[in-house]
Amino acid sequence: MKTAVVIFPGSNCDRDVICAVRETLGREVIPLWHRETALPAGTDLVILPGGFSFGDYLRSGAMAARSPVMEAVVAHGKKGGLLLGICNGFQVLTESRLLPGALLPNDSLVFHCSPCHLRVERTDTPFTNSFTPRQIVQFPIAHGEGRYFLFPDELRALEDRLGVVFRYSTPSGEISGEANPNGSVNNIAGIISEGGNILGLMPHPERVSESILGGEDGRIFWKSILSFFEKGGKSNGL
Amino acid sequence: MDFKRYGLRKEEYEAAVSALGREPNECELRILAVMWSEHCSYKSTKHLLRHFPSTGEKVVLGPGENAGIVDLGDNLGAAFKAESHNHPSAVAPYQGAATGVGGIIRDILALGARPVASMDGLFFGSPDHPVTASLSSGIVAGVGGYGNAVGVPTVGGKTVYDECYNENPLLNAFCIGLVPLDEIVSSKTARPGQLVVLLGSKTGRDGIAGAAFASVLLSDDSKANKPSIQIGDPFAEKLLIEACLELQSKKLIVSMQDMGAAGITSSSSEVAAKSGVGMILHFDRVPLRAADMEPWEIALSESQERMLLIVDPLHLGEVQAVAEKWELDCAVIGETNEEDSYTILWHGTEVASFPAALLGDGCPPRRWPSKKPEDLEKNWHFDMDSLPLPKDWNAALLALLETPSLAPKEWIYRQYDSMVQTNTVTGPGHPLSVLRIRGRDSLLALVLDADPWKCALDPHRGGAETVARTIRTLSVAGADVLGLTDCLNFPSPEVPEQYWALEECIRGMAECCEALNCPVVSGNVSLYNETPSGAICPTPVVGTVGLIPSLEVYLPSGRWKEGDRLFLAGPCNSSLGGSQYLLSLGHRQAERPLMFSPEGEADFAERARKTARMKGASSGRALAGGGLAVALAKDGAESSRGARIALPVPTRHDVVLFGEGGPRALYSVPVGKVPLFRTIWKGYPLLEIGRVEGDTLTVEGAFSLPIGELTSRWRVR
Repeated sequence: MKTAVVIFPGSNCDRDVICAVRETLGREVIPLWHRETALPAGTDLVILPGGFSFGDYLRSGAMAARSPVMEAVVAHGKKGGLLLGICNGFQVLTESRLLPGALLPNDSLVFHCSPCHLRVERTDTPFTNSFTPRQIVQFPIAHGEGRYFLFPDELRALEDRLGVVFRYSTPSGEISGEANPNGSVNNIAGIISEGGNILGLMPHPERVSESILGGEDGRIFWKSILSFFEKGGKSNGL
Repeated sequence: MDFKRYGLRKEEYEAAVSALGREPNECELRILAVMWSEHCSYKSTKHLLRHFPSTGEKVVLGPGENAGIVDLGDNLGAAFKAESHNHPSAVAPYQGAATGVGGIIRDILALGARPVASMDGLFFGSPDHPVTASLSSGIVAGVGGYGNAVGVPTVGGKTVYDECYNENPLLNAFCIGLVPLDEIVSSKTARPGQLVVLLGSKTGRDGIAGAAFASVLLSDDSKANKPSIQIGDPFAEKLLIEACLELQSKKLIVSMQDMGAAGITSSSSEVAAKSGVGMILHFDRVPLRAADMEPWEIALSESQERMLLIVDPLHLGEVQAVAEKWELDCAVIGETNEEDSYTILWHGTEVASFPAALLGDGCPPRRWPSKKPEDLEKNWHFDMDSLPLPKDWNAALLALLETPSLAPKEWIYRQYDSMVQTNTVTGPGHPLSVLRIRGRDSLLALVLDADPWKCALDPHRGGAETVARTIRTLSVAGADVLGLTDCLNFPSPEVPEQYWALEECIRGMAECCEALNCPVVSGNVSLYNETPSGAICPTPVVGTVGLIPSLEVYLPSGRWKEGDRLFLAGPCNSSLGGSQYLLSLGHRQAERPLMFSPEGEADFAERARKTARMKGASSGRALAGGGLAVALAKDGAESSRGARIALPVPTRHDVVLFGEGGPRALYSVPVGKVPLFRTIWKGYPLLEIGRVEGDTLTVEGAFSLPIGELTSRWRVR
């Protein structure tokens, strides 16, 4: 399993996610500058990390979605390659139209950083196969624009095809307004593409990948991806 | 020459004339006025700062550089500093706070250190004052907006509300970075024949002469000073950080300096003076935002996100390639030489020239008359008999917990990314912040604290107490103290009583630093913090750094276990002087804060560290604002556990429970560890006060509150 982590100017979780994947899985992780036009040969997983790409002075992720490297990243995703966007990376994925919807400013209108409980809605994806169904996990969030939005008919379609992978929940697993930190529709924290190979989520699994940081739920996330490949899963990217 | 128009005093002008051997021209006068402002020159305080101990076996770099550096062992250093950005934050809260954070991050970066964490000291006016809400929300948003984007976690801080900060809020930013000791970049290493390179944002008219603005009183006219406010661009700063660290790792930088107050002039003249080289700068080569800027404006612009590099001509191409990768402007604006002069050219014509050391060191010191306030001692007399015990203890405790300075600050720190870089072991909302150091067992421990009320009542004792509080917190957690940085926020030194308070505060702080072996490695001074409606309390802010050997021996707070015995380590007879309790009852000037006890503090620190290292307790908290009562409430709420407590002492219960000051801590000790714990504290005042049990916090003869009520009333806000 070979992972490439794209670094845009203004990315700031690139080093964190590189460490988390390397240390949890002990597999090769390659930093990839945004001006590159091709992925390293044999890349199985591409990660778009969190941060403030290009300062996010325009809509978050809008500039990064037009970076030179994105052509290869989009091609990788469209061919079925595993593609993961965390926080700003999720915003880049929606701006690239690889995932539906948009991430609007939080309903509080301020940046929000805190631990968050999530309910895992799908355990049959390459990213979540090692969680138990409906498992409650704790990943922190840290964003100013994380309110997932989709128009009602598209939202219905997303829900109908079981595209929601993570929802903000209470510690006991209820999906309620009280558990929703940013006003996302249907408490949506993470969604997956129709092909099941492109995942975007606002919470940060790389921040809970070591016990010293207060949690290890993120390790299950990384191990799911490794397990997908070890069980013969194919990333059909370039 | 009309030197007064530019803000120079007669003796300063004369000193300049004598050093130059001629009259300065207008451009030179403008530069001198800013470089010799209080903010840049420390002319009123330089001699006072000498009281601070600044050396020690762990000190790698003391005051005088961009930041101090302490030794973490095995070739790793921690560079840290705190800096005020008070005046800008009062006038333009978001930008003032944002650029305060940006500035301190560049100070750390200038040493070649990667910034790993920030903290903020926030001092806001009374919540009832009409501008407090907009100032505080703007400042908090500015700290978060910059720090979050640049990817440096804000891991802790201190927030105080008091009417003395009405319309004059304080923003003190602390930053710490890590650097291998053999890779530290210095401002003393430039040699003749090297290039002066400007890296980063273009130079504009923002922040021109901001340092001079910071050296006068805030007034209604201050809002007209908006052009003196710098505008922050955290994206540019992030690129600058990565570019500078890449340049450093490739060993392409000879010397580096950040551009803060007084911009290009300050940074370049400092390198010239410290390295003992001459310098010629061509201001027509500086990339500008506004084409028609004059040389003096370029000299004094405080445009943000710029660094000054000294580069060997052989490496210029490689430096430019790195700058190009990070899409930053990179311009050669001058060169070093063997002369003793610092010269600015404009299209080949000399517009200013000084002896290199004149700008940084030439300002004549300024002594102000000092006078002990006449009502000082009168304020210490307080008739305790006039203070009845609370009729309703529960209400008294809840009211205290809800006072703005003690209430939870979640609304603030939720706006800060406290976890990016994935090193945060203990983040905001705790007495101290703890960071892991990748690849090592040891943990960095950071505390930022202040106690302006005690400093107002008795500056000497208050100054000592401020420093001591940070060291107690570190010691209880199990940390060895490495050093501290301070921001001295004071009103005008021109009022003799205010100058006296400044002197006494510094003496008190220095006494504590000496006694506890804690060197002051960096800091800054911010004077003239007053408005027409009043002066701020003396507000020294202290950021202290310690090292915990391993996670194993880190003793956190708020970890009571059912059945644990509770101990008060330290004397019961503290003082209500300057306490949150008396303040909340409206007694601002009443009682004298506790005397600083060098032996008692050192003894406490030693035993506290031992307690953590020998794992003698399950939870520990040094007493601070609100005293024992608030410590009990916080620990109980965080542990979600109650306790039954009796205080078998003759002292008035309000003094025991709400008194503050002195080396004291609340410990929760598992039954099996009680003998060990008692042995560690043998010979020191120690009182077993109760046990952890149930879900109600009860102090016999005082309050009794269900923990659920405490958390719902206090936690949520």
